[in-house]
Amino acid sequence: MHAETEIHFRDAAAKALLDPQLRANFRRAMDGLITKRKAQFPDPRDLQDLRDLSTAIRSRSLLALPELLEQFEANCTKNGVRVHWAETCEQGNELILGILRSKGAKTLVKGKSMVSEEMHLNDFLESKGIEALESDLGEYIIQLDGETPSHIIMPAIHKNKNQIARQFSQKIKDAKYTEDVDELTAMARKVLRQKFLDADAGLSGVNFAVAETGTLCLVENEGNGRMSTHVPPLHIAVMGLEKVVATLEDVAPLYAILTRSATGQAVSTYFNLITAPRGAGEKDGPREVHVVILDNGRSRIYADPQLRATLRCIRCGACMNHCPVYTRVGGHAYEAVYPGPIGKILTPQMEGVGVRHDLIHGSSLCGACAEVCPVEIPIPEILVRLRREATHEDVGSNVAGRGTGRTATEDWAWRIWAGVLKRPALYRMASWFATRFGKALPASAPLIKHWTQTRSKPIPAHRSLHEQVRAKGVPHV
Amino acid sequence: MSDARTAILGRLRASGETGPLPALDTAVLERRQWPAAERVVRLRKGMEAVHTEFLEATPATWPAVVRSFCDREDLKNLLFGPTSEAGAALAAAWAPGGTQLMPYDRPVEAFKDELFTGVDAGFTGTVGGIAETGGVLLMPGPAEPRLMSLVPPIHLALLWASTIQDSFWAAVKNLGWGRALPPNALMISGPSKTADIEQTLAYGVHGPKRLIVVLVDDLNQDPIHNPTMPREG
Amino acid sequence: MNEAYFYATCLVDLFYPEAGMAGIELLQDAGVRVIFPQGQTCCGQPAFNCGYWEEAREVARTQVALFPRDLPVILPSGSCAGMMKVHYPELFHGQPDEAQVRAFSGRVYELTQYLVDVLHVKLTDLGEPVKVTWHSSCHAVRDLGLKGEPQSLLSQLSNVELAPLVREHECCGFGGTFSVRQPEISGAMSCDKAADAEATGASVILSTDGGCLLNVNGTLEAKRSPLRVQHIAEFLRERTHAR
Repeated sequence: MHAETEIHFRDAAAKALLDPQLRANFRRAMDGLITKRKAQFPDPRDLQDLRDLSTAIRSRSLLALPELLEQFEANCTKNGVRVHWAETCEQGNELILGILRSKGAKTLVKGKSMVSEEMHLNDFLESKGIEALESDLGEYIIQLDGETPSHIIMPAIHKNKNQIARQFSQKIKDAKYTEDVDELTAMARKVLRQKFLDADAGLSGVNFAVAETGTLCLVENEGNGRMSTHVPPLHIAVMGLEKVVATLEDVAPLYAILTRSATGQAVSTYFNLITAPRGAGEKDGPREVHVVILDNGRSRIYADPQLRATLRCIRCGACMNHCPVYTRVGGHAYEAVYPGPIGKILTPQMEGVGVRHDLIHGSSLCGACAEVCPVEIPIPEILVRLRREATHEDVGSNVAGRGTGRTATEDWAWRIWAGVLKRPALYRMASWFATRFGKALPASAPLIKHWTQTRSKPIPAHRSLHEQVRAKGVPHV
Repeated sequence: MSDARTAILGRLRASGETGPLPALDTAVLERRQWPAAERVVRLRKGMEAVHTEFLEATPATWPAVVRSFCDREDLKNLLFGPTSEAGAALAAAWAPGGTQLMPYDRPVEAFKDELFTGVDAGFTGTVGGIAETGGVLLMPGPAEPRLMSLVPPIHLALLWASTIQDSFWAAVKNLGWGRALPPNALMISGPSKTADIEQTLAYGVHGPKRLIVVLVDDLNQDPIHNPTMPREG
Repeated sequence: MNEAYFYATCLVDLFYPEAGMAGIELLQDAGVRVIFPQGQTCCGQPAFNCGYWEEAREVARTQVALFPRDLPVILPSGSCAGMMKVHYPELFHGQPDEAQVRAFSGRVYELTQYLVDVLHVKLTDLGEPVKVTWHSSCHAVRDLGLKGEPQSLLSQLSNVELAPLVREHECCGFGGTFSVRQPEISGAMSCDKAADAEATGASVILSTDGGCLLNVNGTLEAKRSPLRVQHIAEFLRERTHAR
């Protein structure tokens, strides 16, 4: 029985495929990112060594996760950073609201945070009378249109220059229409500068959390992250619980492979290490720094040794840059906070494999993602596992929604399939029918009709290889 | 929410395998090593590729180089840290007239609007550089506050060639950052930028529009300073 | 004596038997006594990919049992070879016959892999000049780890010009059940692959995999394109044999 609230990836994808502007925008963008990443890794051996090291570091971090989180918390606390824990997004939102209200904060300026998207924090705060303003240019652009990000690194990647020019001229006060990128950027700089100055609080994500020092590491190019975390008197950071690593040395290779994999940069403009609020004698920096550690299903994923690999992710986006499906449908078609290949394995585990059954099957298992993943997450292997979980309830599994994607039809189909294929005589009969009468099968038959939407009907050969081999006297022992 | 904390840690502990941790083979990082002169070349190449500007200087001439730049650019003022080593040396050599040296000597709350709208440039020291990719390392603090290298549209950073490390990994180890970090430390590789509009690079978003590295060539003499120690006074 | 088993794969058996026969003949030309157990059916990949692992195992077991001698098992398909070589050990992890299946998996080869890496065949081109293009099957490269074996065979043919696709390694959109579960996305990928192939000016697009060929051919036929598809085994045999 399919879960009642199943979300059909196929429908959203089909719609996106018919949008030539979307397809052109994404194709151009992905091609650029693919080329840039490739240029950063000229030596295959070096790349593999860096991937292996990054994988080992992330695996180690996960193996020691509870200890590292405790060590991180202890060091943060020692440094004057307040640490909070949230099991659910609701809890996280309430925690943040509480912190903001305790300082009478009415405006929050945001650096970029996918976890805050996961929490739907902006909408929640708006409903409580607190303005949450995005300052990352891509996030700012989509916030103007009331959209959600379509890519985890470049949120406005689905828009082209003309669309943004039109939007700025309509939505920004006194803005004239221009397609010049420098002029558009200057407009955003001007608007947001005042917001940084005026904001009561700043919110950021965390790229890496260092246990040995209690440090938040933030990667950015624009400077809005530093603005959001240094200018307002209050800084709140949100992170998934999987983001912690043991040492600052561990961070170095992860940082190196993150920027190269994500945008083909050897290094970002800024790599910001925050360890404490404004220290004794310091003249700027926030007076209070808080970190909210979010679970939201991660501890459940953690429990499964195979699925735990999902949590190695450092959110580089290389998987979606190289995905032939993502390139063609764009991020919004996934109807999820995290799109692309990582989204295909993360979202079903968070929301339920039955609800997201169509998404799990929205992959040809081509493996382009796994090939470029800096921490070697075996995404196709995990997709196959999740397809299993959707249709079966295995002993010892704790996957969300397991078995809720099962249908009697599919069960029977595979039983019949196995029944025929393990019996050579039955297979011989079936193939005889296929070769002699297959072409008579109507194009509108079940399954065939899906094939023939865009392709000619496949016609079996006149005689199977089995028959030809027998006729030719090829030995069988 | 200590309940949340207990529940989360409890779940993580219940399912964790305690096994041998995979070994870390850091050879790929160790191979990134270059002689001192080459480090300078690499750093410069990496940073110029992202629009950082360089001014060459020697230990004796750097204050004058900074002054010349300010005169050329007709800067109204230059924000500096009067109690930092670099700041004090700059002030000591600064001739009156022309660009005004503006000390960052009080909490930001006292002059926030002026900082955001009335400062042309900020001058800071650095604690090192990164050869592999380009980048300068800063440890803001009481003597050189954080916003100096962020808010003014121009950032001048004093970099001693002998302090350039091979890589960020080497820097972390050599500077001892894993043991003790100030409230804020960072790496800066160039002026602020974005590619969010059609993946076209645009410079000068929220951070400085220009980063100028004043590169002091101290390689052919005994380094005046211990390259592994932070530079602040 | 040089002997080896040949495994048709269900797609080649039913849709590209001439490719299977060509594969057998290429091996025979190289002095291999090819053995074709008649009971073979399917590697089980479709059920495996859909999470129906018991059914996949049932079928896989019967296949393994047909190849008892310690001989190579050669397949004209990167995808099915990948299933048998890489995924059978996963599928049979913890099963009573795991060791037996692993031993089988260790003997599995894709056809061009065997021709190049084991037999080191030398081919002589007897055909007229032709321009071809190559589609790199995802599973052949990423699962099985094929490293240019097909291209090295093609480069031995002096009258064959290989015009590469712009996106040689991009998935063609087949993906087994993906092609019918997500027909719109699959169709879009297949269209792009077909267009890429047409733009090379080649007269035929070659691949190691019947699924890819079936998929791209379906699109080409629907567009009434003059571009043909052909399995590399059939192409190689045609080129190296006078008619």
